[in-house]
Amino acid sequence: MDAVLALEDGLVFRGQGFGACTSACGEAVFNTSMTGYQEILTDPSYKGQIVAMTYPEIGNYGINTLDVESWQPHVAGFVIRQLSPVASNWRSEFTLDAYLKKYNLPGIQGVDTRRLTKHLRTRGAMKAFISTEPVSDADATKRARDWKGIVGVDYVVEVTHKKAFHWEGYGQWSANWDIPRGATLDEARVAKGETGQFQGMFDALPTPGYRIVAFDYGIKYNILRRLRQRGFDTHVLPATATAKEAMALKPDGVFLSNGPGDPEALPYAHRAVRDLLGEVPIFGICLGHQILGHAFGGRTFKLKFGHRGANQPVKELRTGKVLITSQNHGFAVDAKSLNTDEVEVTQINLNDQTVEGMRHKKHPVFSVQYHPEASPGPHDAGYLFDEFKRLIEDYRRKK
Amino acid sequence: MPKRTDIHKILIIGSGPIVIGQACEFDYSGTQACKALREEGFEVVLVNSNPATIMTDPEFANRTYIEPITPEAIEKIIERARPAAPLPPLGGQTGLNVSMELWKRGVLDKYGVEMIGAKAEAIAKGEDRDLFKKAMQRIGLDVPISGIAHNLDEARAVARDIGRLPLIIRPAYTLGGTGGGIAYNREEFDAMAARGIELSPISEVLIEESLVGWKEFEMEVMRDRMDNCVVICSIENFDPMGVHTGDSITVAPIQTLTDKEYQVMRDASFACIREIGVETGGSNIQFAVNPDNGRMTIIEMNPRVSRSSALASKATGFPIAKIAAKLAVGYTLDEIPNDITKSTPASFEPTIDYVVVKIPRFTFEKFPKADATLTTQMKSVGEAMAIGRTFKESLQKALRSLEISRFGLGGDGKAVRIDGQLIQDDEILPVETITKKLVTPNADRIFFLRHAMRAGMTIDQIFDLTKIDRWFLHHMKEIVDFEAELAKAKTLDGRLLAAKQMGFSDRQLANLTGSTEDEVRATRKKAGIVPTYRLVDTCAAEFEAYTPYYYSTYGDEDETRQNDKRKVMILGGGPNRIGQGIEFDYCCVHAAFALKELGFETIMVNSNPETVSTDYDTSDKLYFEPLTLEDVLNIYEREQCWGAIAQFGGQTPLNLALGLQKHGVNIIGTSPQNIEIAEDRKFFAAMLDKLKIPQPPNGLATNEDEAVAAAAKLGYPVLVRPSFVLGGRAMQIVYNEEDLRHYMRFAVEASHRRPVLVDKFLDDAIEVDVDCIADVGLPNGGNVVIGGILEHIEFAGVHSGDAAMVLPAHTLSKKVLQTIRDYTDAMARELKVIGLMNVQYAVKDNIVYVLEVNPRASRTVPFVSKAIGAPLAKLASKVMTGKTLKELKFTKEITPKYYSVKESVFPFNRFFGVDIILGPEMKSTGEVMGIDADLGVAYAKSQMAAQPPLPTSGNVFISVRDSDKNAVLPAARLLGDLGFNLFATEGTAKALAAAGVPVTALFKLTEGRPNVLDMLKNGEIALVINTPSGDKAPRADEIRIRTAAVQCRVPIMTTLTSAVAAVQGIAALKKHGVTVCSLQEYHAR
Repeated sequence: MDAVLALEDGLVFRGQGFGACTSACGEAVFNTSMTGYQEILTDPSYKGQIVAMTYPEIGNYGINTLDVESWQPHVAGFVIRQLSPVASNWRSEFTLDAYLKKYNLPGIQGVDTRRLTKHLRTRGAMKAFISTEPVSDADATKRARDWKGIVGVDYVVEVTHKKAFHWEGYGQWSANWDIPRGATLDEARVAKGETGQFQGMFDALPTPGYRIVAFDYGIKYNILRRLRQRGFDTHVLPATATAKEAMALKPDGVFLSNGPGDPEALPYAHRAVRDLLGEVPIFGICLGHQILGHAFGGRTFKLKFGHRGANQPVKELRTGKVLITSQNHGFAVDAKSLNTDEVEVTQINLNDQTVEGMRHKKHPVFSVQYHPEASPGPHDAGYLFDEFKRLIEDYRRKK
Repeated sequence: MPKRTDIHKILIIGSGPIVIGQACEFDYSGTQACKALREEGFEVVLVNSNPATIMTDPEFANRTYIEPITPEAIEKIIERARPAAPLPPLGGQTGLNVSMELWKRGVLDKYGVEMIGAKAEAIAKGEDRDLFKKAMQRIGLDVPISGIAHNLDEARAVARDIGRLPLIIRPAYTLGGTGGGIAYNREEFDAMAARGIELSPISEVLIEESLVGWKEFEMEVMRDRMDNCVVICSIENFDPMGVHTGDSITVAPIQTLTDKEYQVMRDASFACIREIGVETGGSNIQFAVNPDNGRMTIIEMNPRVSRSSALASKATGFPIAKIAAKLAVGYTLDEIPNDITKSTPASFEPTIDYVVVKIPRFTFEKFPKADATLTTQMKSVGEAMAIGRTFKESLQKALRSLEISRFGLGGDGKAVRIDGQLIQDDEILPVETITKKLVTPNADRIFFLRHAMRAGMTIDQIFDLTKIDRWFLHHMKEIVDFEAELAKAKTLDGRLLAAKQMGFSDRQLANLTGSTEDEVRATRKKAGIVPTYRLVDTCAAEFEAYTPYYYSTYGDEDETRQNDKRKVMILGGGPNRIGQGIEFDYCCVHAAFALKELGFETIMVNSNPETVSTDYDTSDKLYFEPLTLEDVLNIYEREQCWGAIAQFGGQTPLNLALGLQKHGVNIIGTSPQNIEIAEDRKFFAAMLDKLKIPQPPNGLATNEDEAVAAAAKLGYPVLVRPSFVLGGRAMQIVYNEEDLRHYMRFAVEASHRRPVLVDKFLDDAIEVDVDCIADVGLPNGGNVVIGGILEHIEFAGVHSGDAAMVLPAHTLSKKVLQTIRDYTDAMARELKVIGLMNVQYAVKDNIVYVLEVNPRASRTVPFVSKAIGAPLAKLASKVMTGKTLKELKFTKEITPKYYSVKESVFPFNRFFGVDIILGPEMKSTGEVMGIDADLGVAYAKSQMAAQPPLPTSGNVFISVRDSDKNAVLPAARLLGDLGFNLFATEGTAKALAAAGVPVTALFKLTEGRPNVLDMLKNGEIALVINTPSGDKAPRADEIRIRTAAVQCRVPIMTTLTSAVAAVQGIAALKKHGVTVCSLQEYHAR
């Protein structure tokens, strides 16, 4: 199966197709994580994007049903150097090829992804077209140019759950993917519920405590898993929910999720969040952080080629600690647009000094641009979910 | 927070000689540390006994001590130099152990010295098996389940608890783990446990669940004092658990773990480094994962820079040792810039967009009697690393980097001899033969995987036999299938690019399609299929990279940057192996430094990740590539070099020189033709005739009878060897016709094309090595300058790479020395040498014979350079670019006012049961240097450095052959005078007693007990003098005595001359004691 990837500036890559026989437009971006292609495929934040992996060997460990970040893959297309001839892992259930076929997504392999990456790095992320169907270079390029693009478009409506729901997870146990902890190994084993095939993988869940509302702009399952593992009782509302609808659930806190596309194109979300400021403790991640930026009266801007990877160094300005974080964003909050009397930049990216975290000086509100839930990526920032809990506790005490 | 200002002087302890398990990676890390610390304004005090290291170059430290790495010597150095802090995690196990010993003895406290990087408590916790296990359990990490037993009932109870076989049994405190093993059934378990308990001096065995066959992984992590932790590189072992990671093929990054599993391993690594308490620096942490259910157990951690961290540095471009040094003096990761991107900090995790494969290099051919199966004890002597965009490309590149004349996985037409059987490359082997080679890990297993696939075995069958992950096997299958397709099609049409992207070499393609390498090359270039060079940039192209570190792949875009500077390519030495070690890398590094000084752009090509030459800081551009004609030519053409240096990297580049020249490469220095003259028997003899220089009488033989006839004419003993050999391979001294016939039948294949050389062996001759430098091949040159005349301690017959040597020569007469100088001068002129030349002479009855001439860098160049205080390799590089010695102001031989002794270090402790007698075949892995104004002390220091040290009291066992019985008397008498008690076997005892030397006679091994073996094992013998019984194959009981001495770490002298040197060394030690002195001070004398 011949395949093509065309960029709007006329650069065309030919390769071999995998996955479904189909075509799609999207913004071409690259991700530098060496592991985690399954999580990347299923992360709703990649809606509208054709993702290229910089690591050349992809598909090695196949796909399993546990490591998904949503109900289906969301990327528009997938670009890799080489597809693994085998899925080799004890948890693998499908091959990557079969998975993309199942969801009718096009994949292209045999692409010199390093050249593509350098191109996107120097020229910026751009509109692209991917196809595993017969198409000429010229047509492919035209399809890329004609696509509506990312800027100013609301992609959240395409991935948010249309109805509110309560996150139940998987019952009493949840895969924490933490190292076993306990005074002794035996204790740790018991705590891990060592049973059956997935021994040592699941942890018992605590009884649900604080009730929170999560705005779903394209929320990743692992955020919901992490919240539940920390004892939050999470009610998920559609992205378009209002502050009133949220407060009607009498939440102890509000969580703003990640999501795809341009944060500026979401006026309804800016409004809802602005209305919630001061009413309830708020924690925002990624798009949720950018929406907060707007709610604070600030602006966002498009990064040249974004941050997508699992090795981004972030410095906590207060402690001086450096966290290695998982990131996936093409836009960022403009530090200069923030009112420093009200908002404090708490964390910055050490590669390009962009804003990675904010805190409101008066209201119990904080946010981070990156993904403390990881998945894929390092767990360094996982403690932020505990911070959220502490924020709620403090708020309740003061009230 | 910035660096510490409370310390100014830092002690760096090197790792000493190259041994199996501890190679030149510690020179790489130590050199980086020296540079990093001096850059920060710290004074560096360095100690290392290995003269072939770059770190011991006097300009790399403020004070350089080439002294034994023993607690006593280092205490003296601390006393003299007063460093504020030693940095133990950079000197390998040796550096770590000696630091710990100094700490235990209270030396550090006494001088107010603080360990930086890792505290003693942390090192202890990381290194001690039991403490480590307990620490890991404390933080909830899974470790192999185990228990301790003192009798069979307890053992059975432990086995019941663990619940499944196989089980590993490790007796406590037995030498080299003797009596341990793996029990696969209950009967075997009972027997092994019982034997283990009996063998253990404290009647104790550890019984542990076996993880053999589990997937093995490694993490290279770093931590700073703010507790920031990062993973630099993750590594997956191709060979599952059961093979030492140093002997495993390894791949970076990890290939078969999902992100979830990888992140748990990352968390566990950080939990481990924190619990162990490594404050700053790097650690290597190893895990095993059950392939059936993912259970992850932690195996071990090294709280220091290691072989794996050198590999990780080269694999990612992240300089671990340099950063570790900066972290140790107080910086945090985010305060240190990433050299490669310049704009981003070092506080990140490198991400790579290629696959790295490392393959170990073995030299079992040197030790035919050694057990060649791979186990948990490391046996490889070196390694090659390759970088490619895919695993397939990288694997084939790594295989052709190994210097075993393979050009990929297969299809190169190479026939190999395995277990005495010649196997053709395209042969389909019987499944039984293959199965045997798959089940038990061995050096050739990678090639037998190909045979298995060719023989039709399925991936699952192969997996069941090897437990090698199916991901690797599937990729190999693709290579094998492609090879078969090519062999069938007999044409490259339409397949050439795909073949190159799978890593196939031109040589393989030529063989498979029935053409020649040159033809494939021409076709390829015509089709525009040439490699593209890519940057190793730590960030998968996310940021612009400035560091010129390249690898080749067949992609769309080339990333090399061109300029108008004149470029010189330096060809490195490839993987370390016996006969080709760090000495040649040292010369290559010097060439890079020297040519940079002259304004050339230097381009290094090498495939050995352990080296300083493959540090991207060493040369202007680094190409991490295989050293084959194809790969080197590609780079030469891409870079449009002005010239290439082939005479520094040892045999590897030398073998390429003529081919490169044929393809238009300007080989600078002595012409490859003249190098050939020296190597070609006939031309060489003609040259010597012309110059009237004597050579031992010799002949040629193309079959057994001719050999016997030649030997009869020359008279026994004769030295026999195949033509065209390296490192004395298959070279032997033969004392009679019977042995000669045996040799001709079983040890060599003689033919008209490859005759066997038969030389008269000069018994009891003194051997001499000369290193010189000459510019006589230059139009305006005219000087030949002796670098050093090194007199061997052992008589002729011991390979010069194995012999102990003294500089300046200590027994030769002025007249002999002058003859040697004259001959050297004449030959250098005749061969029009431009650069270095090494000559080996034998002196007998005041006649000087030439044994061998090599117009190139020799193994002794670094030693001589350190001894005389002049950088010979640097000077030679400059000469090769056209500078005369006069211009360089090096026209006179330097004779130092002190003695330097070079001693060799052998891997016998890894190959128990192999006889340790030295001969014409080189067996040593490394070398040490002892320097002192007194020759005896210099020799004693070299023994201390080489370990075990010479004793100053105790019992000496003497057993010498009849011809030595008189000659040993003075040494024996002196030993008695020095207060030693002498023990000997009957014959020797009689001879000693007859001469009035007090001696106790011992039983021979076969006669009764207690014998010398018992005494050795009880620690009652301090020194053994045992010369082999001579003209026949050594007797079995002699071998037992010698190997027992090695096992018990008792010094043993196997030649009379070394025994004499040892006794004089002991006398000098007792008289003068040991003092330490820096190289800078010696050179100022």
